[in-house]
Amino acid sequence: MQFTASKQPENCLLGPESDSQRTLYPYVTGTSVVALKYKDGILMAADMGGSYGSTLRYKSVERMKPIGKHSLLGASGEISDFQEILKYLDELILYDNMWDDGNSLGPKEVHNYLTRVMYNRRNKFNPLWNSLVLGGVKKGEKYLGTVSMIGVNFEDNHVATGFGNHLARPILRQEWHENLSFEDGVKLLEKCMRVLLYRDRSAINKLQIAKITEEGMTISQPYSLKTYWEFSAFENPTQGAVGSW
Amino acid sequence: MFRNQYDTDVTTWSPAGRLFQVEYAMEAVKQGSAAIGLRSKTHVVLGCVNKANSELSSHQKKIFKVDDHIGVAIAGLTADGRVLSRYMRNECINYNFTYESPLPVGRLVVQLADKAQVCTQRSWKRPYGVGLLVAGLDESGAHLYYNCPSGNYFEYQAFAIGSRSQAAKTYLERRFENFADSSRDDLVKDALMAIRETLQGETLKSSICTVAVVGVGEPFHILDQETVQQMINAFEIVGEQEGPAAEPDAAAGQEAAAEQGGSTDEGVAPMDI
Repeated sequence: MQFTASKQPENCLLGPESDSQRTLYPYVTGTSVVALKYKDGILMAADMGGSYGSTLRYKSVERMKPIGKHSLLGASGEISDFQEILKYLDELILYDNMWDDGNSLGPKEVHNYLTRVMYNRRNKFNPLWNSLVLGGVKKGEKYLGTVSMIGVNFEDNHVATGFGNHLARPILRQEWHENLSFEDGVKLLEKCMRVLLYRDRSAINKLQIAKITEEGMTISQPYSLKTYWEFSAFENPTQGAVGSW
Repeated sequence: MFRNQYDTDVTTWSPAGRLFQVEYAMEAVKQGSAAIGLRSKTHVVLGCVNKANSELSSHQKKIFKVDDHIGVAIAGLTADGRVLSRYMRNECINYNFTYESPLPVGRLVVQLADKAQVCTQRSWKRPYGVGLLVAGLDESGAHLYYNCPSGNYFEYQAFAIGSRSQAAKTYLERRFENFADSSRDDLVKDALMAIRETLQGETLKSSICTVAVVGVGEPFHILDQETVQQMINAFEIVGEQEGPAAEPDAAAGQEAAAEQGGSTDEGVAPMDI
């Protein structure tokens, strides 16, 4: 979402800068993305909510998309900026395919490209308001990394964005291991998503899980998690957290 | 009075369907001192002959490192070669900045060829007067390409360009079938042998040639003079023991054939090689 920066007086030194358009804050946002490496590739999970401020405005936003043959992109943050990023990547992959020479951009290349795009926009004081997760497999090499809206990037065995960083990463640190089977990987992701559903008010109970391996990628149909709301701790959630939100 | 009506600018066709300015540019490649290249599945070796302009001067550099995985050897106008090398370095570094991975060799070669092609289609430009042997390693293996001023490019197992390169080509044609599985050192040895063919009698010394290697686990680098001299010494001994009987007359025969070939070739458009 773009906003016009405040109008400057005519003789201002900023020149053409004065009527430039920037993202000052996000409008429709998606919440956490959680992803991990497992035995054969990468698993990624994200719910399908799109929040308009704190209103849960949209309920079937696909926040995970395939990029080329070897990569999978998940996004949280401003949905329209994510769509813009997808447009860039479509063009990137198209031009890559047009070489038709057997070379193709792998997850590492796409991740680095995204890092450059995000950091470049931040330097123009016009960031793309997203946290991105990029996973993929190429030539037997698993790859999982993340980029923030200001271009901070890293690789890890498991990553999460937004609230997931606080609520999912500790679980992953405790339970993740190199040889997770597909079933165990999905179970672990669902555990994370359930915690997020309980504690992140913008999370919704409609999620997708995406899988990418050497063979290809699949993004699951949307489904819900079983929940249990009768825990005593849920009955009065603000008790013992006086003065917090 | 006029030798040729159709050769005063690049963009004018001759009625025979030829572009003489482009052909002249290709001729410049033949005038330059020789450069050769050959490759196995894992390595590419480039070699060149260094000719000093005068007794008092040093020679010009003819092999350039473009990136860790790509290097070029040039024949023709060295100045044009340097311009193109700089372009290639730029392309590599920019690709590396954006994608944090090495630029595929085939793509660089196409970009380079497109750049050369533009010069054959603009009235205010002139074609580059340089041929480049591009050696590189990428995810699809080791590659050797030849880029010429016409904008054409070819992939080779082994190739030689520049003056008296026919002799080296003959040597390489005789042996290229074994190159695919050659060891790195054998490739360097064959490179030196091929360079020697272009010298016509002059003795091969490390001071008049340069050799460079790129391969799996070995970033592109120019071998230092000492190493080259050691390798020359090592194989010239072998050459003295069994060489004199077979090699000299074989070589002499080919040189004669090459010279004849050179003169008969003249009617053919050089784009066709």
